Amino acid sequence: MRAFAELLDRLVLTPQRNAKIKLMTDYFRAAPDPDRGYALAAIAGTLTLKTVKPNVLRQLVLERMDEVLFRYSYDYVGDLAETISLVWEPPAESKTTTGDLSLGTVVHQLETAGRTNVHGLVRDLLDQLEGSSRFAFLKLITGGLRIGVSARLVKQALANLGNVDITEIETLWHGLSMPYVPLFQWLDGKADKPELDMPAIFHAVMLATPVGDNDLASLDPKDFAAEWKWDGIRVQLANLAGTRRLYSRSGDDISGAFPDILEAADFEGIIDGELLVGGTMRTNRATRAFSDLQQRLNRKTVTRKMLEEYPAFIRGYDLLFSGGRDMRPENFLTRRAALSALIEKAAPSHFDLSPLVPFSSWEELDRLRKDPPDPVIEGIMLKRLDSPYTSGRSKGPWFKWKREPYNVDAVLMYAQRGHGKRSSYYSDFTFGVWTKDDGKDVLVPVGKAYFGFTDAELEVLDRYVRNNTVERFGPVRSIRAEAGHGFVVEVAFEGINVSSRHKSGVAMRFPRISRLRTDKLPQDADRLETLLAMIGQPETNLAQPGEPI
Amino acid sequence: MKPETLLYPTPKGLYCEKGGFYIDPVQPVERALITHGHADHARAGHSHVMATRETLDIMRIRYGDAFCTSTQEAILGARTPIGDITASFHPAGHVLGSAQIAVEANGTRIVVSGDYKRRRDPTCLAFEPVPCDVFITEATFGLPVFHHPDDRGEIAKLLTSLKQFPERAHLVGAYSLGKAQRIIALMREAGYDAPIFIHGALARLCDYYESEGIGLGDLRPATIDASDKQSFAGAVVVGPPSAFADKWARRFPDPVPIFASGWMLVRQRAKQRGVELPMIISDHSDWPELIATIGEIKPGEVWVTHGREEALVRWCQLQGIAARPLHLVGYDDEGE
Ligand SMILES: [Zn+2]
Ligand SMILES: [Zn+2]
Repeated sequence: MRAFAELLDRLVLTPQRNAKIKLMTDYFRAAPDPDRGYALAAIAGTLTLKTVKPNVLRQLVLERMDEVLFRYSYDYVGDLAETISLVWEPPAESKTTTGDLSLGTVVHQLETAGRTNVHGLVRDLLDQLEGSSRFAFLKLITGGLRIGVSARLVKQALANLGNVDITEIETLWHGLSMPYVPLFQWLDGKADKPELDMPAIFHAVMLATPVGDNDLASLDPKDFAAEWKWDGIRVQLANLAGTRRLYSRSGDDISGAFPDILEAADFEGIIDGELLVGGTMRTNRATRAFSDLQQRLNRKTVTRKMLEEYPAFIRGYDLLFSGGRDMRPENFLTRRAALSALIEKAAPSHFDLSPLVPFSSWEELDRLRKDPPDPVIEGIMLKRLDSPYTSGRSKGPWFKWKREPYNVDAVLMYAQRGHGKRSSYYSDFTFGVWTKDDGKDVLVPVGKAYFGFTDAELEVLDRYVRNNTVERFGPVRSIRAEAGHGFVVEVAFEGINVSSRHKSGVAMRFPRISRLRTDKLPQDADRLETLLAMIGQPETNLAQPGEPI
Repeated sequence: MKPETLLYPTPKGLYCEKGGFYIDPVQPVERALITHGHADHARAGHSHVMATRETLDIMRIRYGDAFCTSTQEAILGARTPIGDITASFHPAGHVLGSAQIAVEANGTRIVVSGDYKRRRDPTCLAFEPVPCDVFITEATFGLPVFHHPDDRGEIAKLLTSLKQFPERAHLVGAYSLGKAQRIIALMREAGYDAPIFIHGALARLCDYYESEGIGLGDLRPATIDASDKQSFAGAVVVGPPSAFADKWARRFPDPVPIFASGWMLVRQRAKQRGVELPMIISDHSDWPELIATIGEIKPGEVWVTHGREEALVRWCQLQGIAARPLHLVGYDDEGE
């Protein structure tokens, strides 16, 4: 348990992606089975344990400890599980226990304990574990583990462990379960790759590379088909041998949030498409913005009201399997013809076909890209007519050509020190635009960016922050930002999300600081209304600040 | 006599009227008895200072020869009459030269702990319990949450990280008096014998520790021109915590920010400071050490000063030990 607890402690505090991967890979290499499998499940969010209510834990700690002293402690730490892990003292006689209890043992004991024994078991385990392990254990049984590691990152760590491609892990992932012994045996080189008997498994998706400066010059428009790039999320819908699954593009199972789509999928096969909210083209209703789709994402279940207000559908891009037949070796036109026939017969309210964009020259396509006919389009996809469906991102068969980003002038409001190479710089900036609040103009934050600027510009920003700090909260400084005094930056962004964390109710997507506007004063910066109008978002559609989304 | 008349708090610090002196005064006074060299306890500008030889040396290093008008060296365990009272100094186990001060008159003895810890520290003498009527204890970590782990485990975390991330500089933030030398000494004990790079602010104190026979191994200044950045890859650099938020830190390749402090026990504290590798190593007593010390000394009364006074007072009350907070001002939480 100690190694697992130490891993968690380090992951939470390590900001760099590669460092996190390294920490996990090293752990998986050193830890035995089945411990590492349970650890993997805990990190990837697939570990399901009996949960223990906070009240039970409070009772347990008060059996041993004065209530007033506990309250002082809890007030200071602010987190119940952490407080208990820190104040807990085993009785003197049990201090000579048998060393480090393994994660596997802990999970096994919890799984086999009867409902009525849980109280005593938790107490025993708290007595046997020490410091960090106690904390990890409490987080596991209260379901409060937050590590800041995406499923994709863990899979990358596994890929590095076995020196295999991440797509191999993604393909296997949903066919395997805790504690993942066959997976680790394969990654250790001690066994063959696990064979999956589950149908409807995830197949790694085909990805596009961005159009570079001179990429198109040497290519013939006749060899390519163009489609709009829709602003939803890329998904894979599988329905084979009675099993239906909806996967995100990295293989996360998101079926639970989209029962409407699964239910409507009455065809056999696996399709690739864009998940969107609104009406399909076949029902002649408008596709709605990403912020509406966001209302449906990251949910385990979904209410009836949600289904009615935010109906989801899939805009089909490609066909991987038609029934049991693997279509991936076929060329784009053949796959598309089969997809078209399949969607023709599928439910019109939940499936449509991504239309092709006719064009005869790159110049013509460039014009279309810059002025797309629908606000939910974020660019153009180019697909080679003769290309098979291959997993991963290789340059040549598919290109993405993004619409120009939006630009606004915003005012720096907060700055935070960076990490790693930038830990001595104020390099993470929160910026805002003007809006009316109680009849007065105020700045409200709309986004946060930590790149886009050059090293020389960072020096300028850092100096400005240090010389214009109004207040400090830990590593964060608030910066002087008044109509006549402040720092204006031009921010480029791809769109906006609804955000209950920002007072403005919105947060920019992929913002970066594209220019320092030292020639402007904050009073010249943009307004929230301008920003909303830009992306065709009516203000009334936004969640109110503080409203859960 | 009543202990309240022997020693009582004033805005300048704890005052002993019968002896005409203050202990660790926070403002310049005529006569000061100093427990140890940390800046919030040992200030410059007093006329007469009595402290251990090491503490006097440390004050001289930090403030220059003119830090006071005259000095008097306290020999550990020796009883020195001052006015109508007798004072004696006893090891506190906090940093090199640190002492508790016992003040005695008419059969009443008060021990002022200063800052203290009970666990082994290769850089200073161990705490010695002194029987007394009133024990004035610090309470920097006076909450039941503070259970500081074995420091060997914390050093091991650093050594593991050096192996995992050999391309990154490991920047250890540690207070320049005591903590820095203890970390270095503990690393040496754990078998780390590569050069350790130190910030300029540590140089004279590290030299002093060496001259007192506390071996710190191969120490080098962490000053190399920018072209040589890579030479800090995989190196350990020790400096005062404030330096790491400074431009000074920009010379190191992709640094791992580390902070050695008792506060690092609380995860949110580490996160707020941007610390990637917290090392929970404290020069103060943790909660079990505080209560064990009170249990061992069995004073008639406990007075609690600087730190989280209310919890320790509560604990004493639950044990039937008379206790009250002193509300002295001017002493820092280590690291804040
Ligand atoms: Zn001190
Ligand atoms: Zn102190």
